[in-house]
Amino acid sequence: MEILMCIVAGMLFAAAVYLMLSKSLLRIIIGTGLLSHGTHLMLLTMGGLKTGTVPVLGEHAASYTDPIPQALILTAIVISFGVTAIFLVIAYRAYQDLGTDNMDQLRGSEADD
Amino acid sequence: MKTNDVIFQTVAKVVFFMIIFFAVRIFFAGHYYPGGGFVGGLLTSGAIVLLLLAFDLKTVKKILPVDYKWLISLGLLFATGTAAGSVLFNVPFFTHAYDYFQLPLFGKTSLHTAMLFDLGVYLVVIGVTMTIIQTIGESE
Amino acid sequence: MSLVHWAILAPFILAIFVPFFRKKAATIHTGWFVLILPVVLFVSFLQYLPVTMNNNSITHSAAWIPSLGIDFSVYIDGLSLLFILLITGIGSLVVLYSIYYLSKTKESLQHFYVYLLMFMGAMLGVVLSDNVITLYMFWELTSISSFLLIAYWFDRDRSRYGALKSMLITVFGGLMMLGGFLVLSIMGGTFSIRELAVQAPDLYHHPLFLLAMILILLGAFTKSAQFPFYIWLPDAMEAPTPVSAYLHSATMVKAGIYLVARFSPIFAFSSYWFWIVSAVGLFTMIWASFNAVKQTDLKGILAYSTVSQLGLIMGLLGAGSAALYFDSLDDNLYTAAVIAAIFHLINHATFKGSLFMVVGIIDHETGTRDIRRLGGLMSLMPVTFTLSVIGAFSMAGLPPFNGFLSKEMFFLSMVQLSELNLFNLETWGIFFPVLAWIGSVFTFIYSMIIVFTVFTGKFQPEKLEKKPHEAPAGMLVSPIILAVLVIVFGLFPNLLSYSLIQPAAAAIVPSIIPSGEQLDVNIYFWHGITAELLMTIAVVLVGIILYTFLPKWVGLYNYFPGKVTLNNLYDASLYTVERGSNSITKSYMSGFIRSYLVYIFAFFIALLGFTLWAKDAFRYDASNTSPIGYYEIGLLVVLCVATATILMAKSRLTSIISLGAVGYSVSLFFVIFRAPDLALTQLVIETVSTALFLLCFYHLPKLSRHEEKMSFQIGNALIAAGVGITVTLIGITAHSTKLFSSINEYYIENTYKKAGGENMVNVILVDFRGFDTLFEIAVLSVAALGIYALIKLRLEKGDDSVNENK
Repeated sequence: MEILMCIVAGMLFAAAVYLMLSKSLLRIIIGTGLLSHGTHLMLLTMGGLKTGTVPVLGEHAASYTDPIPQALILTAIVISFGVTAIFLVIAYRAYQDLGTDNMDQLRGSEADD
Repeated sequence: MKTNDVIFQTVAKVVFFMIIFFAVRIFFAGHYYPGGGFVGGLLTSGAIVLLLLAFDLKTVKKILPVDYKWLISLGLLFATGTAAGSVLFNVPFFTHAYDYFQLPLFGKTSLHTAMLFDLGVYLVVIGVTMTIIQTIGESE
Repeated sequence: MSLVHWAILAPFILAIFVPFFRKKAATIHTGWFVLILPVVLFVSFLQYLPVTMNNNSITHSAAWIPSLGIDFSVYIDGLSLLFILLITGIGSLVVLYSIYYLSKTKESLQHFYVYLLMFMGAMLGVVLSDNVITLYMFWELTSISSFLLIAYWFDRDRSRYGALKSMLITVFGGLMMLGGFLVLSIMGGTFSIRELAVQAPDLYHHPLFLLAMILILLGAFTKSAQFPFYIWLPDAMEAPTPVSAYLHSATMVKAGIYLVARFSPIFAFSSYWFWIVSAVGLFTMIWASFNAVKQTDLKGILAYSTVSQLGLIMGLLGAGSAALYFDSLDDNLYTAAVIAAIFHLINHATFKGSLFMVVGIIDHETGTRDIRRLGGLMSLMPVTFTLSVIGAFSMAGLPPFNGFLSKEMFFLSMVQLSELNLFNLETWGIFFPVLAWIGSVFTFIYSMIIVFTVFTGKFQPEKLEKKPHEAPAGMLVSPIILAVLVIVFGLFPNLLSYSLIQPAAAAIVPSIIPSGEQLDVNIYFWHGITAELLMTIAVVLVGIILYTFLPKWVGLYNYFPGKVTLNNLYDASLYTVERGSNSITKSYMSGFIRSYLVYIFAFFIALLGFTLWAKDAFRYDASNTSPIGYYEIGLLVVLCVATATILMAKSRLTSIISLGAVGYSVSLFFVIFRAPDLALTQLVIETVSTALFLLCFYHLPKLSRHEEKMSFQIGNALIAAGVGITVTLIGITAHSTKLFSSINEYYIENTYKKAGGENMVNVILVDFRGFDTLFEIAVLSVAALGIYALIKLRLEKGDDSVNENK
């Protein structure tokens, strides 16, 4: 399962990078979303999968799954929400003000200042 | 966005409270069972978003006249305050304390300063989510 | 945390409240609230005088970063107490003066007093810290507050230029000093100055000794504006005059002196220390006094004069370090130089402080500081004139003022140096008194310029912007107090001898004083006809002659090459650095986000791929894996289909919903992999962010491919595949190699024992790794406020779109 998850995470990364390299703003944002999903799965896999019960002591189990990746991922999920939100708003404002979402045309240059 | 979907609105009213109670429960359970400030905060804001969808921004603002930016700062104050409070007891920054108390109605209950910190997280998460959604929603 | 710690922190705490005073009590000048603090501190620190007078010291320690050996320990001895009294005493007078100098209606007082308090606290921290790291922190804080105060009138070009210059030079020195501190602590194994001083004889033989010494001296020389770093001080005069009087004359620039004095017991065993400190000090003194004469701005004269006087004190400290070469106190003449240094330090603070305030008054009442436009103000401003006579004559070294006494002591020490049979002084020693004498002649000349060109000569009202008149009484109080001190210290120098000077001097040369004894400090007016008296008389005679014929020889300055100055060197190097870095940056910063991402990903693939290959790190070990079930297969299929849909999608809605599908399948994965917290959070977050996407939906552009060429797409696909493969390989390798056991045992064991919780994930978040969470919610708040600002505040380029889209 772990090997399979690594491949899936790699695939998510590849898709995310492909989207981020495109010229359309919205695809770039969706790409970042995919990237964080890939990262979360990867992190979880690194701790070992299904090595025990849920990391709650009330279960009184002999072994628990690794709680550290879970704590890290929980932080990352919420942060990536914030990042997505701010990307969306930046994209929307940029589109509104500049009238294009083509990254080729959005490039800034010193002459504009 | 003005909708007149009576069924949706009626259901939303009921479901709103259900989600809120669930969120509060999950928040308080956080130290022992799955849950905590993040999930609790997100669920609460999810409930408010549901209201927003059922009614419109103005109505919800009238029902809940809260400036969510204040909620953010209040939450940060709770979080940093809990962390800094430990300095007053001459222990390193961020040392938590807990003890067990016999409370009426609840029975034996453990009270944590970590709970206060989590309350800060809870408030910040609500504040952030709602600030974002409200701001975007208002910018029609 | 002792009261002394709180005394250091008090200015910072008060600074928080300054904006409230400004806002809530706008009718009262904010300065009155601020004034209370330095006065209280001054009075309360006076109680330590009886302690230090017996050469005792007090230490208070508070833990700060115990794991690194860094603590916040304060140390009060004669030297630090002297500086504290200077900082709080002059600080009180300067705040009082500023109340009349800065208008409460026109100036942004809240900034001024916040910076000033920040400086005061930082400066107290510098002189009280025993730990070098704490000292360094406060040291840089003084640089920062000085930067802010110089740029107080930030709309002026010269202010910004001066602020930047002082910042670059002093922070450069500060960083060098930090390096020196670290080297020193590596040598001695401690951060405490006192503990280092105990080991001084051993440190001397350490191979890194010289390096540490030079680095620390760089810090001291940049701060105290010694040659060749002095160039920032004249430009710092763009600051408001109270600031110049406080920071750039009485206190901050003396931090370098303090550092040299404080580290003398550690470094003075080396002849390099003696030579570098005394030579740099004396050269600075003569060079700056020579340059002061050609200045036309009154504050410019005072700036160069401050540099010169600092050089004098530095030179004396260097000379005095020779005292540490001897074991006993008997017959040890060289402590005289240390005593002279301390005495002159006090004197300089009094007379230069009053002179700066006088110049501020002149500037305030006439609207100019240019000596070519000023003249004949004696009858119009009699009090100011008197004050400037007292200050300037003391600076020139004339009796009966305190400057005369310390100048005499300076000459005496220099003459003694030439007779010393140490460090090859037999051959070179004669230069010391000669240089000192020449420097003093120029000092005499510029002191006279300050008094006589401004107050005597022809009154030129047509060149002035305002009609000059005497300053208001409140403005005169501070300089009058200082001028009175100039006279009192001049007539009764022994008021200071054993209360301040002896303890401070003893702290610089502790090793030669047997316990229970004290240094001999007796300052007299009349020693008989001695070498130093003759030197003073000669200074006055030659000075008068040169001053009288100043117009005849001032042209000499034109022979100095105008282009090859330190200032031009500074400007040119700054310009070159800016140009150079700009052209390098431009060469790869195309402004197209895709290029940047390509750089990042290409480096990612190249670096990690190369490492995997070069280290032969790839491992594949499928033995220790968990079984694959049907649910997982099903979910994987959903995940892959959703991802493929996003890649192929032609419309916005499809891609947003597919992204949601990916998110929900990820949360189901969390369920299968026993992560209930994650599953819950992911589920809710996915819902909220899909709602967010849909909210933005109306505002977002149609999903368009923007005619991407085939080669463009293939390039992207190649990079994407590279990243994906690299990540997979790293993942498999990381899974297959377990170099050390997991740290999760600790959390499993201690979740209940130490944190009293049962849900490990939550306990890690709020307790074990609470800092992460704290900063995470801070980041979230910043994001939310950023979004709010992006949408609500539309400060566009002056067009009317401000109101559209509301």
